[in-house]
Amino acid sequence: MREKKMAGQGKIIRRVLAYIRPYSLPVGAMLFFAMVTVGFTLYAPVLIGQGVDQVVGAGQVDFGKLWEILLRLAAVILVTALAQWMMNLLTNRVTYRVVEDIRNQAFVHLEQAPVSYMDQNQPGDILSRIVTDVGQFSDGLLMGFTQLFTGLATILGTIGFMISINGKIALLVVVLTPASLFVASFIASRTFHMFQAQSEKRAAMTSLAEELVGNQRVVQAFSYEEKGMERFEQVNEELRVWGIKALFFSAMANPSTRFVNGLVYTGVSILGAFMVIGGGMSVGQLISFLNYANQYTKPFNEISGVVTELENALACAKRIFDFLETAPEEPDAPDAKPLGNVDGSVELCGVSFSYVPQTPLLQDIHIQVKPGQRIAIVGPTGCGKTTVINLLMRFYDVDSGEIRVSGHPIRKLTRDSLRRNFGMVLQETWLKAGTVAENIAYGKPDATREEIEEAARQAHAHGFIKRMKDGYDSWIAEDGENISQGQKQLLCIARVMLMRPPMLILDEATSSIDTRTEVRVQQAFEKLMEGRTSFVVAHRLSTIQTADRILVMRDGNIIEQGTHEELLALGGFYSRLYQSQFAQS
Amino acid sequence: MRKLLRYLRGYVRETILAPLFKMLEASFELIVPLVTAQIIDVGIRQQNAPFVWKMGGVMVALGAVGLACSLTAQYYAAKAAMGFSTALRRELFAHINGLSYRELDEIGTPTLITRITSDVNQAQTGVNLVLRLFLRSPFIVVGALVMSFTIDVPVALIFLVAVPLISLVIYLIMRWTVPIYRNVQKMLDGISRLTRENFVGARVVRAFGRQEEEISDFAQANGEFTQVQMAAGKISALLNPVTYVIMNLAIVAILWVGGRQVDAGRLTQGEVTALVNYMTQILLALLALANLIVAVTKATASGARLSEVFAITASLQDEAGQEILSDFTSSRVTFRDVCFSYAHSSSPALEGITFSAEKGQVIGIIGGTGSGKSTLVNLIPRFYDADSGAVEVDGHPVKDYPLQQLRRKIGVVPQRAVLFRGTIRENMRWGKEDASEEEIWRALDVAQAREFVKKKEEKLETMVTQGGKNLSGGQRQRLTIARALARKPEILILDDSASALDYATDAALRHALREYSRENGRDATVFLVSQRAASIKQADKILVLDEGRLAGVGTHRELLENCPVYKEICLSQLSEKEVTAT
Repeated sequence: MREKKMAGQGKIIRRVLAYIRPYSLPVGAMLFFAMVTVGFTLYAPVLIGQGVDQVVGAGQVDFGKLWEILLRLAAVILVTALAQWMMNLLTNRVTYRVVEDIRNQAFVHLEQAPVSYMDQNQPGDILSRIVTDVGQFSDGLLMGFTQLFTGLATILGTIGFMISINGKIALLVVVLTPASLFVASFIASRTFHMFQAQSEKRAAMTSLAEELVGNQRVVQAFSYEEKGMERFEQVNEELRVWGIKALFFSAMANPSTRFVNGLVYTGVSILGAFMVIGGGMSVGQLISFLNYANQYTKPFNEISGVVTELENALACAKRIFDFLETAPEEPDAPDAKPLGNVDGSVELCGVSFSYVPQTPLLQDIHIQVKPGQRIAIVGPTGCGKTTVINLLMRFYDVDSGEIRVSGHPIRKLTRDSLRRNFGMVLQETWLKAGTVAENIAYGKPDATREEIEEAARQAHAHGFIKRMKDGYDSWIAEDGENISQGQKQLLCIARVMLMRPPMLILDEATSSIDTRTEVRVQQAFEKLMEGRTSFVVAHRLSTIQTADRILVMRDGNIIEQGTHEELLALGGFYSRLYQSQFAQS
Repeated sequence: MRKLLRYLRGYVRETILAPLFKMLEASFELIVPLVTAQIIDVGIRQQNAPFVWKMGGVMVALGAVGLACSLTAQYYAAKAAMGFSTALRRELFAHINGLSYRELDEIGTPTLITRITSDVNQAQTGVNLVLRLFLRSPFIVVGALVMSFTIDVPVALIFLVAVPLISLVIYLIMRWTVPIYRNVQKMLDGISRLTRENFVGARVVRAFGRQEEEISDFAQANGEFTQVQMAAGKISALLNPVTYVIMNLAIVAILWVGGRQVDAGRLTQGEVTALVNYMTQILLALLALANLIVAVTKATASGARLSEVFAITASLQDEAGQEILSDFTSSRVTFRDVCFSYAHSSSPALEGITFSAEKGQVIGIIGGTGSGKSTLVNLIPRFYDADSGAVEVDGHPVKDYPLQQLRRKIGVVPQRAVLFRGTIRENMRWGKEDASEEEIWRALDVAQAREFVKKKEEKLETMVTQGGKNLSGGQRQRLTIARALARKPEILILDDSASALDYATDAALRHALREYSRENGRDATVFLVSQRAASIKQADKILVLDEGRLAGVGTHRELLENCPVYKEICLSQLSEKEVTAT
């Protein structure tokens, strides 16, 4: 189990290194400056010790020598600071650049991911991967790595310097070290367990708050406040109990290791003092030693923190790589041609499709549409109406059978050209944060203002746009939060209007539009459909009645097709559906 | 933030003792350099071995006592901080429970969730850190300064220069970087926005073949983000080197001036070491203080956000004390010249609404978005209070009822189908805590949900995940209808709650509701809010709303005759034949 985990981590680390490779030069320089920093930081105590050795007592100070030592010390200090600064700058640089690279790559991957990925995942999930995880990963990894590196270098360097001054005391320090490590790891393992318990309680608290606070209106409607409070208090109390434990134990690590360090420091003081008395060492050297005793144990304390940070970073990296490893949309066939000269005919020949292999949806569908025809698709929820849209636009590919547009099998066309020949207006309107004009010109960024206004006029959107504060330059917030649903829909129609595509796919909105706007939307739709092959997922009987052909779908099959009158005369599912509106209640 | 500190009330002892013990520990730490100095000056100089051992013992003792103090402090701090956050969270939750819809609209529930979770945690971290470190760091700085003065005044003057200098550098760097980091956060929000947009709008982006442009837009935003981050990083990267230089140059100065003092016999070698050690301690304390200030700033920001919530008082008060008896002869619901406006809105949402709804009637409400349909029904359970006019239920103004009693009479099916984590049975019991098996199934039956619940392997024990994600939209809607029915309400309000149902199910539901309302002489009144003319055509009374005013009241037939707004709605949705068919 553990080995497997290690192997998995090894794989992740190798991938991480691949991202860092382009920056080998700055990373190399960073390591060099880190070495310089560590080396000179460790040299400073030696000089301080030598300095102290010059100030022995009254009348015994050798100022010439002291001056020389202090000059050297000042130089060492400046070099250390400079190297440290360079190291910091380089670490930042590499970290931020790697983040930028991974984010860009992740975004490109997002654009290439099949639509099914968006359908099966939550936006929050991908957002936390691209935004939070990437940030944590780089921070944790590079900063953690530098800390680990300088930490290890400090330990080795200190041992080296200590041995060069006095082997026996160095031995004492090295022998006492495991004690510090032992205490740290003992506390860390206890803390880990309590942190886990705490984060479980925290998660419980968060989801309870999400439910009861997030749906506070329902809570109040059902007078659930008291019952809710009871549940809340219970979780809150559990969180308190575990919180205290987690907080206390995690806070123990620092003072406890400091205490052990204190013991090492005392040991060095005593042994050192006897060495000095015995003449084996100078006072200054003892001072250097005490300095080392402090510096030496510090990295040990930090390393345990760094290790958790690195593990966390790797966990984040894994989540990013998992996303990057999801299969992208199948690329266009190598012999794919762009679709041009469209006559508007569409054929579906024996198309079968399902989202999940176990539950077949569309089965052996045949549809032939002549140029300029209007096709209405009706049926109960979940019958596969929108699936037809997904297949026509190649958001999903058919499992078997073939779809042909203007006689070309769509698998042999480039996706972009196919999609650009369809104008699509979905029920779920989507606008970008940007100006009104930018949104209308989304499919044709180089459109002139005249063209944009003309499209808006035809979509019956010009009037309300003119009334907005900045007209066509009014800012639309993310997902059009600051305009009404109906206005959003009109903008979406204008967006398609500007493109003048030969074929249309429309998904009528079921609700949420006020009556007057609705009439306008209806008219805009009509205008849009003039002379174009259109597929309409219809919710309004008025649309259905004017269709050239109605496809009645149920459970993934087209069970009836024909005009409104034909279908009513047939007296089947459609006529029942239609009549249900008039059922006496 | 200061106001929030009252939640520490139950932990006065801990709040005082934690920092005290921390200071005690710090004072022991301040003694260590003096002990080292003694070892050098007395132990080594006089070759006094027992003295060295004794001082070693003192050091161990100081360490042990320090450890004990520190642990005590940590424990008290943890206890106080957790007690604080628990009390704070509890009060906040109770406060939110007491807010009415008006306030909830204004703040928005997502914000409230963040506040009760992460903001409370931030505040807790802040309290914990302050209790542990806020006194300790300044104490060490001041203590070390004082110590240096007791040892030697001329050398101590170096401290007087170095300490303010280091503080200044820390201050300047923080002042410089904090606004940049705020900007960094804003740009990160932009990156989040682009990501979310392209996820949610994937179909449209592809339909227009705009992937390439979106990628380059993202790369640009991302690049700018990196630039700003680097700019901030460049400044922050100065902190450690610059303070390191100042501290060590101060040490150089200490050695030089100290050397002269030693030469003159005013200072010993051990004391010089002690001074060097104090300098190091000061730098560490100041850097810790800088980190602390960052953490505390965050905590105060969270504290301010929490205070904001507490500052909001519920506009709607539950003042009625006693339950009141219904007047059986009066109408079920009466509105008399009711006006209502939302906060910050210039035009009223409802104006001059007058109508009455009788027992056993089905009342249809129709109108465009923003015409006031939901607002109207929200006044019945007193989710909002009318600005003027009277809303009466069973002959009494709604304000005269205790809220609990009023809301028990009413079953509400909100627009958004919200279910809670738990079994279907538990969800049904939201309506009525002691609902029997039979009552639940009857409610499911009427809501057209019996069939699909029956098909589930675990029937009523089927787990509903958070937000009901494991059910389809139509299934969720039917369950919320059943939940409202389970409480056997006298007034049932369906606020556009059948939008995800297909025509046939919708019709069956309406049919069942009508039967249900008349069953056992219950005489329940049903309010049916809808955008679809077909859904309300058969209602006993239809209220037509247009921009907050009643454009017409009557049956389908009557309204077709005399209400142009109604006719327009019908014609936009139905064919001529359907409009006139009954």
